[in-house]
Amino acid sequence: MTTALLARPTLAHLDWLEAEAIHILREVAGQCANPALLFSGGKDSICLLRLAEKAFRPGRFPFPLLHIDTGHNYDEVIAFRDRRAAELGERLIVRTLADSMARGSVVLRTPDESRNKHQSVTLLEAIEEFEFDACIGGARRDEEKARAKERIFSFRDAFGQWDPKNQRPELWDLYNARAHRGENIRVFPISNWTELDVWQYIEREQLELPSIYFAHPRPVVRRNGLLQPVTPLTPARDGDRVETLSVRFRTVGDITCTAPVESAAAGVAAIIAETATTTITERGATRLDDQTSDASMEQRKKEGYF
Amino acid sequence: MSAPEHLPDADNGLLRFLTCGSVDDGKSTLIGRLLYDTKAILADTLHAMARTSQKRGLDAVDLSLLTDGLQAEREQGITIDVAYRYFSTGTRKYIIADAPGHEQYTRNMVTAASSADLAVILIDARRGVLTQTKRHSTIAHLMGIPHLVVAVNKMDLVGYERAVFEKICADYRDFAAKVGIADVCFIPISALAGDMIVDRGERLGWYSGPTLLDLLETAVGAPAAHGAPFRFPVQYVCRPQRADDPLLHDYRGFMGRIESGEIAVGDAVTVLPAGRTTRIKDIQVAGVSQPLAIAEQSVTLLLEDDIDISRGDMIARSGALPQTRQAVRANLCWLSETPLDPRRRYLIRHTTRETQARLASIDSRLDIASLAHEAAAGLAMNDIAQVSFRLAQPIFADAYAENRATGAFIVIDAATNNTVGAGMVI
Repeated sequence: MTTALLARPTLAHLDWLEAEAIHILREVAGQCANPALLFSGGKDSICLLRLAEKAFRPGRFPFPLLHIDTGHNYDEVIAFRDRRAAELGERLIVRTLADSMARGSVVLRTPDESRNKHQSVTLLEAIEEFEFDACIGGARRDEEKARAKERIFSFRDAFGQWDPKNQRPELWDLYNARAHRGENIRVFPISNWTELDVWQYIEREQLELPSIYFAHPRPVVRRNGLLQPVTPLTPARDGDRVETLSVRFRTVGDITCTAPVESAAAGVAAIIAETATTTITERGATRLDDQTSDASMEQRKKEGYF
Repeated sequence: MSAPEHLPDADNGLLRFLTCGSVDDGKSTLIGRLLYDTKAILADTLHAMARTSQKRGLDAVDLSLLTDGLQAEREQGITIDVAYRYFSTGTRKYIIADAPGHEQYTRNMVTAASSADLAVILIDARRGVLTQTKRHSTIAHLMGIPHLVVAVNKMDLVGYERAVFEKICADYRDFAAKVGIADVCFIPISALAGDMIVDRGERLGWYSGPTLLDLLETAVGAPAAHGAPFRFPVQYVCRPQRADDPLLHDYRGFMGRIESGEIAVGDAVTVLPAGRTTRIKDIQVAGVSQPLAIAEQSVTLLLEDDIDISRGDMIARSGALPQTRQAVRANLCWLSETPLDPRRRYLIRHTTRETQARLASIDSRLDIASLAHEAAAGLAMNDIAQVSFRLAQPIFADAYAENRATGAFIVIDAATNNTVGAGMVI
């Protein structure tokens, strides 16, 4: 192995990941006519916003922010979403699952069914309404098996479907965002980041997060090895033992399918320490919807999910 | 997801590598072993693997299950597509590209190899250097991967015999010399037993070299980018034109990533295709100025002179310019199930530039089994050939062997928009 080149400066791993993500965001701006960035108020999309600032300031973002709101989000997160968009001075578009239900394009089997998978419908409707040719999202390959195989620029057909067996080859950093009218490209600038990278980046950039990411007391019940928060949407059932525990959310999404973890970590440094020594994967600890079967994510993505 | 016991004291950056081997070489087991021994597999994943192993009637946890991602793959027990895995040792972050070993291999390996700094080539100690080994090595070499590591696996099945290992090394060196592969390391391993992967184990006492992880920890990342002169393909032009802010009114920032070399404020640069020369006035990241920047950094450049520059243009160090080419000879790997068709309209994407291209000739095709160059009339999926293209617009390229970033291009079918070819400028 050649060691002569060791003396040359190289980028620290977060700097490399940041530079890659900025490069990807600028490729979207350069190649796509009408992209949007999906911003939920969650930690991954909060990182995306900082990366977009680094990519495009002092200019404006060359895309609006888009949130598909299931109506089942924590108030803190929605307030944070609105405030952050206003601080940045960027345009925020919100489309709700309630609109899709009113139109009849989303029909729930039961009133308390998780709305998470139905987001795909509202997202596709928003893509059609605004004629977005690309949607930037904060998904990471370390989250889930199906995501480990997805491209950074991931092609979706006119039905929003991902075909895992027929993906475009993606070589070097030459991304192909070409799509016909009605087709769509999903772009994942932090594909190569892990959960720990995200938290280290949040610490380094001193990014503000919604309060529910940090330890707080919350009434919960234990169900299938996970903690289920007790909320008006997810009330305690007969026989449930409600406990108030110190918890934090590792991921924030639809209230009905996102579980908190027990934690005393009140700040980012404490979360990093916990993340670095955790023994459970992020989705394994927190996602009630991924446990249905080994292939649930793959199935949802084929149906147009993010 | 990584689980180092301590957080990094020193950050040794990031290394991308790929593992190549045929179906039975134990590639998935090797990756599973690396992740397991660096504590990157978390309890719930391990639990799921144990459950599946048990269902299949295995005694021990099958570490290869970790890399079998998709439902379709699990049904067939094979890997369909390139998968990316992550682990960290606390000092370095790793991205493993795992390319499957069946018939679409060339296409997948070329994809995985395009961004790799290092390739681990697995050889089954019982079977020695096979045609397959030569194919993988040839592709790795062609794709310009700076470091090759030959891991002689399944040493447990040959009694950890030193002679077996040394015979394989000698055979491989003979082959490598013929192909022109210079930098190779050899390690005897047992992915199954865990010898010489992360821990040394106790059964290979005669081997005094580094473990696989030692090699990964010290390998130099992306050296091709260093040493090459400054190359900055323009991705996007920032013109805020804010009337309220006099500083921003005339602001013109050229955004992109430094693909090779480094740049400092005051350096003389030339803008292509215009050919105009100027100097670097400022280097910014998110509006904050810095005196210099290095390869792989995404920055915004401000120039001393007002030059008309748009996406697809190239800013390069004056006196060390890439070649302006409207005809390109290249090694081309065909990636599409639809064969190359000289009558079709293709687009070539090179750095941030896209141009129409017409195939001028297929000069020779590489027989990946015999490694002979032969005449060919057409190209089908997985073929590698030397070809010539004529371009509607010039590109600003270096030879791939000298600069991977400015020597690489992809071919896009203009009708389907699919990526159908991977090219390397000769």
